[in-house]
Amino acid sequence: MNDHDTPPSKAAAAVEIDSVSKVFNLGKPNEVHALDGIDLTIDDGTFVSLIGPSGCGKSTLLRLMGALTHPTEGSVVVNGKSADQARLDRDYGMAFQTSGLFEWRTVTQNIELPLQLMGWDKAQRKERALEMLDLVKLAEFGDHYPRELSGGMQQRVAIARALSFRPQLLLMDEPFGALDEMTREHMQTEVLEIWEKTRKTIVFVTHSIPEAVFLSNRVVVMSPRPGRIAADISVPLGRRNFDTRESQGFFDSITEVREALRFEGSTR
Amino acid sequence: MIKRALAGAFPALVIGVGGLVLWELSLLVINPDGFLLPRPTEIFEAFTEHFDAIWSATINTGYIVVTGLIVGVILGVVWSLLVSRFRIADETLTPLAIALNAIPIIALAPIFNAWYGLLSPTSNQAIVVLLVFFPVFINTTKGLTSVGATKIELMDSYAASKWEITRMIRIPNAMPLFFTALKIASSLAVIGAIVAEYFGGSQDTLGQFIVQNAASGRYTNAWAAVVAASAMGITLYLVSGGFERVATPWRPDVDVVG
Repeated sequence: MNDHDTPPSKAAAAVEIDSVSKVFNLGKPNEVHALDGIDLTIDDGTFVSLIGPSGCGKSTLLRLMGALTHPTEGSVVVNGKSADQARLDRDYGMAFQTSGLFEWRTVTQNIELPLQLMGWDKAQRKERALEMLDLVKLAEFGDHYPRELSGGMQQRVAIARALSFRPQLLLMDEPFGALDEMTREHMQTEVLEIWEKTRKTIVFVTHSIPEAVFLSNRVVVMSPRPGRIAADISVPLGRRNFDTRESQGFFDSITEVREALRFEGSTR
Repeated sequence: MIKRALAGAFPALVIGVGGLVLWELSLLVINPDGFLLPRPTEIFEAFTEHFDAIWSATINTGYIVVTGLIVGVILGVVWSLLVSRFRIADETLTPLAIALNAIPIIALAPIFNAWYGLLSPTSNQAIVVLLVFFPVFINTTKGLTSVGATKIELMDSYAASKWEITRMIRIPNAMPLFFTALKIASSLAVIGAIVAEYFGGSQDTLGQFIVQNAASGRYTNAWAAVVAASAMGITLYLVSGGFERVATPWRPDVDVVG
């Protein structure tokens, strides 16, 4: 069984980015060239990480996929339609570095937020929220307020919220960046479990090389200012388990990504 | 919970009662015939002796305070909702609010008396409305606009409307600051009403009771009315705190007094 490496056979493109550039404050003195000439196609069902130094535009690239910002040039197509239309159709869920939970809502109410916006009735919402709480192993915390949860638990709630309406695409912007190393590894395992169960397409922005390698089928390495795709590395590690982090293949892939990042650094 | 509340109030009670006893005893020793600062027991006697008059004045002043407070709070909240939602409102109404606040509002009391009639309570209510409006406006606006960027982005990712963002993020986010403002405003309302009453308005009010008794040297009676006014201020403060606790159950730090 090596199903971690092979996307499902339907293999339609979840995201197609075609010669995209992004300039902030175009024509002003504080103009920033964030992305330049990005071409990237992400197949449905794959787990892709975007990695690069700070300021390489990886978060901007993720936000372009979510139509939270728009390209200066080029096109972004999500699920076969414009990114804006995909956003309006609620085709993706998003998780951020800060959990962005609403402190005035209980855990269950936080998970129900997107469902509420979509006009689900109360009973349906409740049922789905309970299901999601099970998925992220927080069944007994439904009635708690976010402040009563640890950072890792808050992030799990944020992920449950992003998945609650079962979008096929999940965009994650350094969701574990603020967690300690042990919680972080634990959360990585959980996200992989969820990915294996649900077969979402996941686009995952991270600073961490081991994290990118451990999680992804594919690691997209970016260079800074203007952000370009420096390398596109596939990670043939098969199904992850506890031993993966100590396997030779894991270290080889880490080395490959690190080399790509270093090479990029030295060419500037 | 009541037991806990009592335990929490215990230090305050000790200080309060201790202070009264000290006040009583020190005046007995230093100035037994004093009439500018009467002893607590004398004030209490005056209070019971004039209870009917003080009660009736308290009701009338209370009416001015509560109606002025309600109108001022509604005005402040509606104003800040407009300002936080529409740029054009922000550019026009915010400077206007700041300009209104720059007026020493109490100074308007004699003018309002001329506007609304010397014996009408409306002039006093208007003073309370103006006093209450600004702290409510400035705090609520701060709460409505200081929302974390992640929350807004999240709502955008769900294609939420502006109104949904206001209703589901901005308003709950503003609750703690709104209640802080309400507590400040409830005390201001009592002060504003009484000072405005010094200048006119209806005659059967705490402000008039204090002025008339002080003018004829009956300071103990004036003190008794001050006690009634303080009780009103404390009651309003506690009621505001009670609303706060019900409206913001997610906050652990909210205490009725705190």
